[in-house]
Amino acid sequence: MLLLIEQLLNGLQSGLMLFLMAAGLTLVFGVMGLINLAHGSLYMVGAFACAGVAAATGSFWLGLAASIAAAAAAGAIVEVAVIRRLYARDHLDQVLATFALILIISEGTRWLYGSFPLYLNVPPSLSGSVILPGGIQYSLFRLAIIGVGLLVAVGLFLLIGKTRIGVQVRAGEADREMIAALGVDIGRLYTLVFALGAALAGMAGALVGTIQSVQVGMGEPVLILAFVVIVIGGIGSIKGALIGALLVGLTDTMGRVLLPSVFDLFMETSAATSMGAALASMAIYILMALVLLVKPGGLFGARA
Amino acid sequence: MTRYLTTTALALSMIGTAAMAEPVKVGMITTLSGGGASLGIDTRDGFMLAVEEAGNPELEVVIEDDQQKPEVAVQLSDKMIQSENADVLTGIVWSNLAMAVVPGATRQGKFYLSTNAAPSQLAGKGCHENYFSVSYQNDNLHEAAGQYATDEGYARTFIMAPNYPAGQDSLSGFKRFYEGEVASEVYTQLGQTDYAAEIAQIRDSGADALFFFLPGGMGISFMKQWAEAGIDMPVVGPAFSFSQDILPAIGEAAVGVKNTAQWSPDLDNEANKAFVAGFEEKYDRLPSLYAAQGYDTARLLLSAMETADVSDSDAFREAIRAAEFDSVRGDFAFGPNQHPVQDIYVREVISEDGTLTNRIVATAMEDRGDAYAEECSM
Repeated sequence: MLLLIEQLLNGLQSGLMLFLMAAGLTLVFGVMGLINLAHGSLYMVGAFACAGVAAATGSFWLGLAASIAAAAAAGAIVEVAVIRRLYARDHLDQVLATFALILIISEGTRWLYGSFPLYLNVPPSLSGSVILPGGIQYSLFRLAIIGVGLLVAVGLFLLIGKTRIGVQVRAGEADREMIAALGVDIGRLYTLVFALGAALAGMAGALVGTIQSVQVGMGEPVLILAFVVIVIGGIGSIKGALIGALLVGLTDTMGRVLLPSVFDLFMETSAATSMGAALASMAIYILMALVLLVKPGGLFGARA
Repeated sequence: MTRYLTTTALALSMIGTAAMAEPVKVGMITTLSGGGASLGIDTRDGFMLAVEEAGNPELEVVIEDDQQKPEVAVQLSDKMIQSENADVLTGIVWSNLAMAVVPGATRQGKFYLSTNAAPSQLAGKGCHENYFSVSYQNDNLHEAAGQYATDEGYARTFIMAPNYPAGQDSLSGFKRFYEGEVASEVYTQLGQTDYAAEIAQIRDSGADALFFFLPGGMGISFMKQWAEAGIDMPVVGPAFSFSQDILPAIGEAAVGVKNTAQWSPDLDNEANKAFVAGFEEKYDRLPSLYAAQGYDTARLLLSAMETADVSDSDAFREAIRAAEFDSVRGDFAFGPNQHPVQDIYVREVISEDGTLTNRIVATAMEDRGDAYAEECSM
């Protein structure tokens, strides 16, 4: 039972990190109608900036700040230099151009940092584990990630729901031409939204890179998951991204843990673990297919 | 000046005074971009170090990047064979790429010397007289880890690997020599980076030791998260997760872990000392297992060129099979299926003046061949 609760926490934590990635992706897609494959590269930029600055200064926190700044800056530059020209084009052109960006950013990172994975570790103040009520031993850093994820979620809801910028973003989603005609500087709004999404991705990269590996190409697997999340949640919806991310995080974690033991009930152990693991890796895509079957526009999709 | 000398040497050889000096063209296909690039770069650098040290003008090397994609590797091998006219192919890091390239290349009469990947299929029924593995057979390091776990008296071991052919081979290799009980057997996803769920299972399993095979970035992620979890349990695995290319990224979390390999930077023989010093001087970093394998492969090839012409395939094959070179591993010989028969060591990760590296603490297996040699009819 305790193990089950610990696994639920693990699912929650991986879901919240996915949310940081998916939030930016869904905003950019919702507001600007742009498919941005290079979102995973911004995640990588964040992780490398954090590792680089943490190694140079010895401070993880400076590294974390640098990751947000570097990813936001990279996002803004990319938006102004490349993405801006793509809004009016069709999705195929956008996919091609942003795929080129993946290659350019990856090889650029390799050129700057070399081909070997970088060192980045949990800061001493957050290392080790704590005993939660009920006697569960859980990693302090992962708890902190859960906390950060929840804070960002609340912050984003307030930003989109309660502020002037949020109103403009929502208006932009509904009718791009009209909001431009009303005198909102749509170009600046787009750059801002893009940089915000990039900053969230960069922060996720730094936080996840701390407990995983910081290396070239780390962003692409996460990008695929983030796309699954926004398809499940409904494109353009922050609420959908949150629910979708939690669903994907929990399904993935619980699938990995539970499926092999389910198969173990009626199969030989070795085959059961192999079969269970194989099915677990499909679980989130099965979930996506089921959601699309019932709600073709995603759970909270505006354009069903 | 050197260029002038080289030309002179070439001219002399054309006159025919040096009977054994027929040019050999090597096509190296390895991973130089993407997430797995560090392995290919070390393979290349080790190989080229030996080539430069030898300074043999008859050896020409063409290097291409396979991007860790089987289809790219196949295209490159076609290009190497058809337009470059390479005599020998080498360099592939990954078993799935080797499976895509090696059978075709050997069928066309080319030699393939493996610097790393050595899947069971190519060691058993699919063995070929033109295919040599200079590194090991894929199962070897896992078998040695199983033997070590037995020697240490671990009673219940938790074993874990990614769910793909090399991962399944890994766990069966471990179990082949492990006499204790397997506490639990877990397959993770290939490329998985979060192991919180598995670590919770390990803690809950009541095992007294952990064996895992997670190459590259997967191993970095796992070891960092394992250290965070603070579980007091001996860990053993093959060298891939503790090789010099990724040790700095894991950091102190790796110190004390036992890992198995057929080579180590502190292995005490003249060839190895010269190799480690030469590599450090040229590239300003410590060599990894992949670099050592690349270096040995080049030296094997150079030794064969001393005694035979590549145009005489049978003689050249015999010359490679004789393995008349000073391996950085000390003793080195080929078994009947042209895979190495060699000692496999247990290494421990240590921190030496702030640099993480490996040091040998025991010998797990002596003169180990492989489990598939009997299936090979050659």
